[in-house]
Amino acid sequence: MRIIVKINLHLLIIICCIVFMHQPVMARSNPPEKGEMLPDLTLALPANPVHRDYLGLSKGDTFKISEIKAGVVIIEIFSMYCPYCQRDAPNVNSLFNMIEGNSGLKDKIKIIGIGAGNSSFEVDIFRKKYNVLFPLFPDNEFIIHKRVGEVRTPYFIALKINRDGSHKVIYSKLGGIEKADQFLELLLKLSELDKGGGR
Amino acid sequence: MKRLIFLILLVLVTGFGFATTAFGRSEAFKGNIYNPGVLKPTDSAPKLKVGDKTPDFSLPGLDGERVSLQQYIGKKNVVISFVPAAWTPVCSDQWPGYNIVRDIFDAHETILMGITVDSIPSLYAWTNQMGTLWFHVLSDFWPHGAVADKFGVLRSDGISERALFVIDKRGIIRYIDVHDINKRPPLEVLVKELEKLQK
Repeated sequence: MRIIVKINLHLLIIICCIVFMHQPVMARSNPPEKGEMLPDLTLALPANPVHRDYLGLSKGDTFKISEIKAGVVIIEIFSMYCPYCQRDAPNVNSLFNMIEGNSGLKDKIKIIGIGAGNSSFEVDIFRKKYNVLFPLFPDNEFIIHKRVGEVRTPYFIALKINRDGSHKVIYSKLGGIEKADQFLELLLKLSELDKGGGR
Repeated sequence: MKRLIFLILLVLVTGFGFATTAFGRSEAFKGNIYNPGVLKPTDSAPKLKVGDKTPDFSLPGLDGERVSLQQYIGKKNVVISFVPAAWTPVCSDQWPGYNIVRDIFDAHETILMGITVDSIPSLYAWTNQMGTLWFHVLSDFWPHGAVADKFGVLRSDGISERALFVIDKRGIIRYIDVHDINKRPPLEVLVKELEKLQK
């Protein structure tokens, strides 16, 4: 009788493992908080060479966000279908232009967008409509979205990447950036980039 | 043994449940979106098929005017987007996407009618969060769901299916997608159907 119970328990554990291995990801209930490490988020290497150069990536088919060559990476979780993201798109573009126009910052801060529940086609619609120059990635199956706590959109996460490759979240907040100059100032303060920190 | 089978089933159900509940939610709607949970994917019996002549209808719009299908026959192709209900998760993240692709509809000489079974005041408050919509927003509130019923997309609980109908200039139905109510129809599929109208 004991043996049967043991076998059944083993069977149950194996079935549990199979079920959860087939989950694309385990959802987390809360977004990453300041001071935490970002969960491993793997994205496809952009097909566009301009975007690959921008991120300082060239090898492989995929990359982890923490591998981007920058001291700070700003991640926008957005959706083509989100009216708030649509309204905030010009502000995010202003932030991008502000960073790219500053020779002291352009190699240190990078921006990426992840389209929650958006296909490549839908992300391209958003890119073209708002003339977004930084890389946008589709997340059609909500894989990344689940890993960052199924946040509402737009949601911004800023990641500080140290010279030794370690990283931590320095900003994690729901809502648009609204005013690009104030947002940039805040990030510089949080990241201490202007004090020689980061890469 | 019965208990074991029950446990396995529980694990399977809860495990796969995680994979089906993700949706994007725009912060534009703040905390005002009611989440009905995962619903039966479809809950109606088809009354129309591709190739059928589209039944005419006339519904009140947000602008105070009544809109009929007949007024577009011979002039424009028509896409009808039935969404289940205002202030619900997937619906709130569907029409705002259509709102930024007017150029695609225009290029295919197509107008869009968005229909729900909600009243005009509810539709007014809900769509105000989406920005200014370029397409017709029509209320199928009274007689309740009569147009949805004509199109075979009225569910047993009084809301409509999440359904798309593509109708050519002659008033013939060229495409029907009674979609899983819990998921947003991919935009690229609709665009491909619009492209077929030109051929």
